[in-house]
Amino acid sequence: MADSTDKSLQATPEQLLYASILEKGMFLGLIILLLTYAVYALGIATPYIPLNDIPKCWSMDVHQYLQTCKIEEGWAWLSMVRYGDFMNFIGIAMLAGVTIICFLAIVPILWRQNDKLYACLSVVEAIILAVAASGILGAGGH
Amino acid sequence: MTRLGRLALIGCLSRLWVCLMDQPLLAETAVSAQQGSTAAPWWIWPLILLVVTFVMGIAAVLGGVGGGVLFVPIISGFFPFHLDFVRGAGLLVALAGAIAAGPGLLKMNLASLRLAIPVALIASTFAIVGAMIGLALPTNVVQIALGATILGICVLMLIAKKSELPDVPQADRLSSALRIYGVYQEATTGQIIDWKIHRTPQGLLLFVAIGIMAGMFGLGAGWANVPALNLLMGAPLKISVATSKFLLSITDTSAAWIYLNKGCVIPMMVVPSLIGIMLGSFVGVRLLRVTKPGIVRWIVIGMLGFAGIRALMKGLGI
Repeated sequence: MADSTDKSLQATPEQLLYASILEKGMFLGLIILLLTYAVYALGIATPYIPLNDIPKCWSMDVHQYLQTCKIEEGWAWLSMVRYGDFMNFIGIAMLAGVTIICFLAIVPILWRQNDKLYACLSVVEAIILAVAASGILGAGGH
Repeated sequence: MTRLGRLALIGCLSRLWVCLMDQPLLAETAVSAQQGSTAAPWWIWPLILLVVTFVMGIAAVLGGVGGGVLFVPIISGFFPFHLDFVRGAGLLVALAGAIAAGPGLLKMNLASLRLAIPVALIASTFAIVGAMIGLALPTNVVQIALGATILGICVLMLIAKKSELPDVPQADRLSSALRIYGVYQEATTGQIIDWKIHRTPQGLLLFVAIGIMAGMFGLGAGWANVPALNLLMGAPLKISVATSKFLLSITDTSAAWIYLNKGCVIPMMVVPSLIGIMLGSFVGVRLLRVTKPGIVRWIVIGMLGFAGIRALMKGLGI
């Protein structure tokens, strides 16, 4: 009885794996974000939007901002990562993407434990997040 | 810390807050920023943002709320940034806080992955819907709804009771089928607590609304997650708080991608906010041992109430 209690007090293997990947992704994402921000704010890499023009941009609505600054929606930022400001999106995308990897990573463990329902739920969750990340869900403008 | 010291600390925090939120000062600078005036150098705003979010991070920990719920109404109410970018930044602020706390909570077995997965599936799907609705609606409508929601959160904070160990006579069929139950050890007493949940279908239904609001306003939804998990579904308070924090890392991820893909992320706003909130949270955790949370909670409710009224007025064009 004591053994079973001790055992259930521990986090499950899939929970520990999820935590471990989330932790690594979080550290990596934050380090990249801080480094790229330093490169951007210190002027080491040329920004796409000049730093002095930033205050004009952030008071516009997003539709106006994208039009005025000639920025495309979705993953178009990937083609602009050479610019100091868009470089920051690498870290942001890592922070927002690590959860998808966490869910996919626990599927084999759940499947092996014959926990097929949770394995399927994890796959569905990863798909939902991937669809959100893909940019195919276009929202209306203002 | 003595009583005088505590009062001085709270006084300083309040004073700093009032100074930073001083209407004419911020309003004038905000107008010049909106007109594209170059009177103030570009770095002033990220610097102010860093200081304000640092104070916010302290207040959030001491007041027992997430950073996002303070960030969106206050920054959108008193800064020159458009609500679209504030919501994008708010989600990333809440997401970073949740991702930072998540691994530790999962390893300690306080956050339950088994409880979080079905709830996250509902909340993250509807957070996407909420984000799409929020970005499609006119800004003033979202601002009015945000103000009303924030005032609602104030009321919830005032009236909602918490139950350390809710009485769950019997697990419902759905939670039994999903095997949502667990055991944890209460560190303060050493007691081993078996927990299970009930009213799972009703709880999951409530997460439809919670997900929509999280996505629509860019708020972290801890203020709603905890009462839903604790009071409605009957999870112990510690499990509810930890699972709620972890849950935000999933719910906010889905909504954050929508905002990110729509272009609502300006790094010059996001990164100082993240750093400010995180540094503030570290300081807040240390202050928690020496500060009376009750007093700070009242300050947080006051700040939220003020920001909620401001958002309503802004939305109504008053």
